Amino acid sequence: MLRTEKLSKYFGGNQAVNSVDFQINQGEITAIIGPNGAGKTTFFNLISGLHPPTSGKIFFEGEEVTNKRSYEMAKMGIARTFQTTKLFAGATVMENLMIGHRLRTKSGFWGAVIRSQRYRNEERACREKALQVLEFVGASALANRSVASISQEEQKRVAIALALSTDPKIVLLDEPAGGINADETSNLAELITKMKNAGLTICIIEHKMQMIMKLADRIMVLNQGIKIAEGTPDEISRNETVIEAYLGGGAHAQAH
Amino acid sequence: MRFVPGSKWVVAALFFVALAIPLLTDNSYYLNMLIMVFIWSIAVSGMNIIAGYAGQLSLAHAGFFGIGAYTLGLLMVKAQMSFLVSLAVSVVLTGMVGAVVGMISLRLKGHYFAIFSLCMGVILSLVIEKWESLTEGVRGLLGIPVPKIGSVEFSTLTSQYYLILFFFVLAMFVNRQIIHSLVGRTFISIRNSEELAESLGIHAMKSKMLAFVYSTVLAGLAGALYAGYLRFLGPEIASIEHAFEMLLYLLVGGIGTLWGPVVGTALVMTLMQWLQSWQDYRMIIFGPILVLIVMFLPHGIMGAFAQLKKNQPSVLPDTTDDKNRGIERGVNDRRLAGGESDA
Repeated sequence: MLRTEKLSKYFGGNQAVNSVDFQINQGEITAIIGPNGAGKTTFFNLISGLHPPTSGKIFFEGEEVTNKRSYEMAKMGIARTFQTTKLFAGATVMENLMIGHRLRTKSGFWGAVIRSQRYRNEERACREKALQVLEFVGASALANRSVASISQEEQKRVAIALALSTDPKIVLLDEPAGGINADETSNLAELITKMKNAGLTICIIEHKMQMIMKLADRIMVLNQGIKIAEGTPDEISRNETVIEAYLGGGAHAQAH
Repeated sequence: MRFVPGSKWVVAALFFVALAIPLLTDNSYYLNMLIMVFIWSIAVSGMNIIAGYAGQLSLAHAGFFGIGAYTLGLLMVKAQMSFLVSLAVSVVLTGMVGAVVGMISLRLKGHYFAIFSLCMGVILSLVIEKWESLTEGVRGLLGIPVPKIGSVEFSTLTSQYYLILFFFVLAMFVNRQIIHSLVGRTFISIRNSEELAESLGIHAMKSKMLAFVYSTVLAGLAGALYAGYLRFLGPEIASIEHAFEMLLYLLVGGIGTLWGPVVGTALVMTLMQWLQSWQDYRMIIFGPILVLIVMFLPHGIMGAFAQLKKNQPSVLPDTTDDKNRGIERGVNDRRLAGGESDA
């Protein structure tokens, strides 16, 4: 569904992502793991259009999308979350979510000024979408709470809801379980499974190995910008190179 | 529909007071003062759209005020065009210059944009001052005819007052419609995080352009009204000092709040009048006030009001039956955010 060909990103002399061939299959949960600084987030930034790649190609549903900007990627159906939750802390959850469906609306300045029929329909659609995704992530009760007043885990859910409100085909989750406790992590894993069951394709960066091993259909391992392994969780956990580069510090990694 | 009932009545009451003032007083000092407040409020509210909502601090707006003013003045003086046509052309032309300036300057972000816009402001004011064959330079543009719409001549102070009040109300209405809409939310989302906004499919450059052009249109409208009111123009109206004055009004009143520009303009202009005999020394007073405001009231007076309201338990009955309910309750939080406000 989404495929990269020799995708590279250099920051000056630093090869953050180096010639990575990768594929996300429809309906699967694909995980990207690797030690800190392995280039995982940079890789996300490339496939979500936030940064242009230095070289290589990206294809989405057969079409080349290498140099598309992130708003274009979002319109095509690639949604993402960020490692540090970038919600607008001063506003309510609902206000944050209202903007998520904006890309599917067409009203502009004049529509808003005169509150045209289309504008009102679209605003209603945005609001309904927001309520619908909030319900999906199990956070309906939070609608009118200020983002600053809800917990870290709740913020993560709202951030996922925001990504879902764009009507995506693929959702890229950058460390959704970062900074939350074990119980919350398993709740989040349930949510991700629910997303998969709802027909979404998911790609996830995560350090919590237990969660990944349970969730992922396929895993890619990055180390220093290079893909060192790819396969099912079973294959990855038996892969010598991976164990050396990453899982050797597995207990350490889990402790984070 | 999204006003908390309290502020809705306040706005309505103020509107009627504004309508009635010329009937209550013919003191030309007060009327003149109010007219200036309306004019500058329009310009400052433009600055508020781009700086307070879209998060791009523009210091070029005195320049756009100057473009609006000089376009109207020149069209009426040198081309003998009618007031309304000149006004329309001034607004459109300012918006077009705004589009060009925006296309270049909005590629920059944060402080770089602010500095660049400052330079643009200086350039615009220099063009107005030095292009003597067109603008008469420092001699000033004299003899702008009395504004006339059809057979109605706006020669008296009272008639000017209503003319400018009309455009002020119109501008504030459009501001309100925009700020409390998906368009306004789009601006705020860019202010919040451009990366997040783009990852949600928002073409940030396009939205910033819209905010910038609209904000320059407001500055141009204010300038044109100013020219039609004073009927004399000097190049200093476009000077960078005015941009900083506008920023002062905005910060005092509350950046990123709907009524902040009006409150700030009214308050600071009144204070400045009182301190007029101090001339240049009044900045000795305004400097510290500004520092205190930025430290203790980062969202200005309206932002502080919003916070007070937010801290009070809501006693409003939940009678709203439409789907906006969630948004209405959120209104107070929004203000704290330096986001939307309608107090």
